[in-house]
Amino acid sequence: MLKQIDPDTSLEQMNIVVVGHVDHGKSTLIGRLMADTNSLPTGKLEQVKATCERNAKPFEYAFLLDALKDEQAQGITIDTARCFFNSAKRRYVIIDAPGHIEFLKNMITGAARAEAAFIVIDAAEGIQENSKRHGYMVSMLGISQVCVLVNKMDLKQYDEQTFNSIRAEYTEFLTRLNVYPTSFIPISAKEGINVTSLSSAMPWYQGLTVLGQMDAFNKIDARSNVAFRFPVQDIYKFTEEGDDRRIFAGTVETGRINVGDDVIFLPSAKRSTVKSIENFNAPVSHSALDGQATGFTLTTQVYIRPGEMMAKTSESQPCSGTRFRVNLFWLGRASMIQGKKYKLKLGSARTTATLVHVINVLDASDLTSEQNKQQVDRNEVAECILETSKPVAFDVVGDNPFTGRFVIIDNYDIAGAGIILEQIVGEESTLKIHVQKREIEWQRSDITQQQRIAAYGHDSKFVVFAGNEDDSTKEALAAGLELRLLSRGFKVYFLPTANLIKGLDVDLAHQTEIKEEQIRRLGELARILTDSGQIFITSISNVDGYDLRTLELLNKPNEIVVVNVGENRFDDYAVSLSLNVSDDIEEGITKVCDLLKEKKVIFDYSI
Amino acid sequence: METLELNRTHLDHLEAQSVHILREAYREFKSLVMLWSIGKDSTVLLWLARKAFFGHVPLPLLHIDTGFKVPEMITYRDSLTREFHLNMVVGQNAKALLAKETFPDGKLNRIQCCKSLKSEALKHTLSGEWPRLRFDHKLGRYVQDENPEAYTGVIVGVRADEEGSRSKERYFSPRDVESEWDVSDQPPELWNQYKTDFAPGTHVRIHPLLDWTEVDIWEYIERESIPMISLYFDQGTGKRYRSLGCFPCTKPVDSTSKNVQEIIQELKSGKFSSIAERSGRDQDKEDGGGLETLRRDGYM
Repeated sequence: MLKQIDPDTSLEQMNIVVVGHVDHGKSTLIGRLMADTNSLPTGKLEQVKATCERNAKPFEYAFLLDALKDEQAQGITIDTARCFFNSAKRRYVIIDAPGHIEFLKNMITGAARAEAAFIVIDAAEGIQENSKRHGYMVSMLGISQVCVLVNKMDLKQYDEQTFNSIRAEYTEFLTRLNVYPTSFIPISAKEGINVTSLSSAMPWYQGLTVLGQMDAFNKIDARSNVAFRFPVQDIYKFTEEGDDRRIFAGTVETGRINVGDDVIFLPSAKRSTVKSIENFNAPVSHSALDGQATGFTLTTQVYIRPGEMMAKTSESQPCSGTRFRVNLFWLGRASMIQGKKYKLKLGSARTTATLVHVINVLDASDLTSEQNKQQVDRNEVAECILETSKPVAFDVVGDNPFTGRFVIIDNYDIAGAGIILEQIVGEESTLKIHVQKREIEWQRSDITQQQRIAAYGHDSKFVVFAGNEDDSTKEALAAGLELRLLSRGFKVYFLPTANLIKGLDVDLAHQTEIKEEQIRRLGELARILTDSGQIFITSISNVDGYDLRTLELLNKPNEIVVVNVGENRFDDYAVSLSLNVSDDIEEGITKVCDLLKEKKVIFDYSI
Repeated sequence: METLELNRTHLDHLEAQSVHILREAYREFKSLVMLWSIGKDSTVLLWLARKAFFGHVPLPLLHIDTGFKVPEMITYRDSLTREFHLNMVVGQNAKALLAKETFPDGKLNRIQCCKSLKSEALKHTLSGEWPRLRFDHKLGRYVQDENPEAYTGVIVGVRADEEGSRSKERYFSPRDVESEWDVSDQPPELWNQYKTDFAPGTHVRIHPLLDWTEVDIWEYIERESIPMISLYFDQGTGKRYRSLGCFPCTKPVDSTSKNVQEIIQELKSGKFSSIAERSGRDQDKEDGGGLETLRRDGYM
């Protein structure tokens, strides 16, 4: 009878991780807990004991866990990394996190799922490297409930002084991490002392047992008492069977919202009001709470992309920016280096990020820091400055831990993770600095711009047809403009973006976040072509005001003209001209020509 | 409003997590497919897709037909395909079936047969090398699918509690060019962030049901009134299937559970509470690490 999988769903569930240095007794503790709560399969304890006897090997409770793991291969339901058992109060999932440094990423994967942590420390060996590193990880992962188990007290004759000195030393360490353990418990997992019942071996300890502490951990409701945060995961419009709902889908990270609440999306700062809360096969709901995977329709048309954060206008709003001071740990085989472009995922936002500056690299085991490092190596923790290529919405971790954390992708894998400590404002962006530097170092031709204008009979310009729908109209306009200008003898070139994707950007084809790099290359290309005196035309889709500003910046000192086609959704960028999709193409081209005349790119007499 | 909070159950959490994962997969993978084995788990997965996409199923479903499935499974598959307007794709190892290179034909043992009719068929159907059949809703039958594009994201309904090797899975689990799974070196997962980037030629398997147990599945089926294939219920013979597969290798179990409530009761306190779910599956018993061996080679 497998009580540990007793599926009593009326009980609440709690995930608890057991961490600590290798061989400090994590498996023994879990084996003991399972045995002493009668959570083992019938006969398992006897069977393992008998096996030990046959092999003249002293029985250990850790063998129980190993035996259960072995059994899995034969189809019985116990998890290697996860053991299940019930107390009278809850159903527990105990996550056995590896103590070896090589398995730090597995330890993090396990611990990130936990609501509370036991840190096991060997009374005889004392605080070791991973006791501290794991303490640090627990704090970074935001696990607020921590209990420290001083194990193997039997090896120290249940000496109160030993316990007190470990408690003092480790408390001092955790305090520096802002971790305040709920309790320290002296135990002997091997002898079953203070695991499920208090023992006379340590009459000086009258606190909770391990099991008692588990039941005393609270289901923390950290997500419901903070401001509403909804990272927009996707925007759906499934038209099948006449469905005309435009649904903003995602999971409510924190807080709650009601139908009728006014909302703001960041970083775009667009606003609207919640019209309905959408769910399939569920009763109509007027509010949505943290943890719910749900969807909203809005009273007005709002055009944003997935990755924005929806907040309530009546509450404190998330930050929006490109630069922040963070604490991060690095798991990648290749070190994190400056200048390299990484992908950053924060909530539902994805952007490119670079390591601007390493403030210090911290030795997680003694909290000493190294100041002059330029990179972050595997298994290191660092305080540094990151810059994203586009603004993202976030909270600093002190305001809202759930929206103040991110992961970094390198070579297709999650290679780092961190928390945002502070937003940095007022500093020049890397891109701006790049353009300034580029313009200083740009090797200028002996031919002046005036000479080119005189020779060609017109000025150079970067003309961008943008808009988020109807590529064919944009392309027809761009191609038509090229033809009309060419027929009048102008130096003009239209580059369809498809040619970029097949050529200059072909190396980006397998990357998921290609947009920002494409924009950068297009901007640099425009800088060159406008420098040559040409009128350079392109048409692009799925760009926002920020992308257009980036193109504008990269094309400097030359100028850009943006023509919107279709409904103008660039409410954060002033386009030069907006054309309707339904307008006659030739008329549209004339309007663009008029604009170019007005901007003195081309001159009246030459048209 | 307060009752809303009180009513949030274990199933609500599981549902929300699975929906989040499905939406994440839909957003990140351009060529995405969901495996539908017709069994209870992947049918719950199909239901969760309707939850995630507000009644729609905007991605293809793939069934690997070994040719030895219990016939009711195929009937049920096609009737739900019509009812839910599913984009249904079917693949199989036509060559092996034609040459009768199978266990029921006496040419292969069970493990080899699974590898050939399921793993191989799956691998080559996913890659687009072998023909795919797609249900044409206008014609009301399957036609040759023109799309040979490899699927790079594959959603699978495995659960961690089913069997040892599955408990080691991640929610988003990479497979290399040979569809192989490196159990010892898996990417980290934390804070609802998963592996959604992958090198050319590799693909990612997505497991939205990883944290569900067999009882969770049945309780959710009950709560949502999800239509289930009748093979799971005793039809008066005193037998029912607990796990569905090919008829030569999957035996019904002795049980008189006639509906979902009775199954839940039986699982919670009856005779099945201590017997593994896949105990009716013979291929698991063939060698020591049967399923893990198959899984490293791409079995689901």
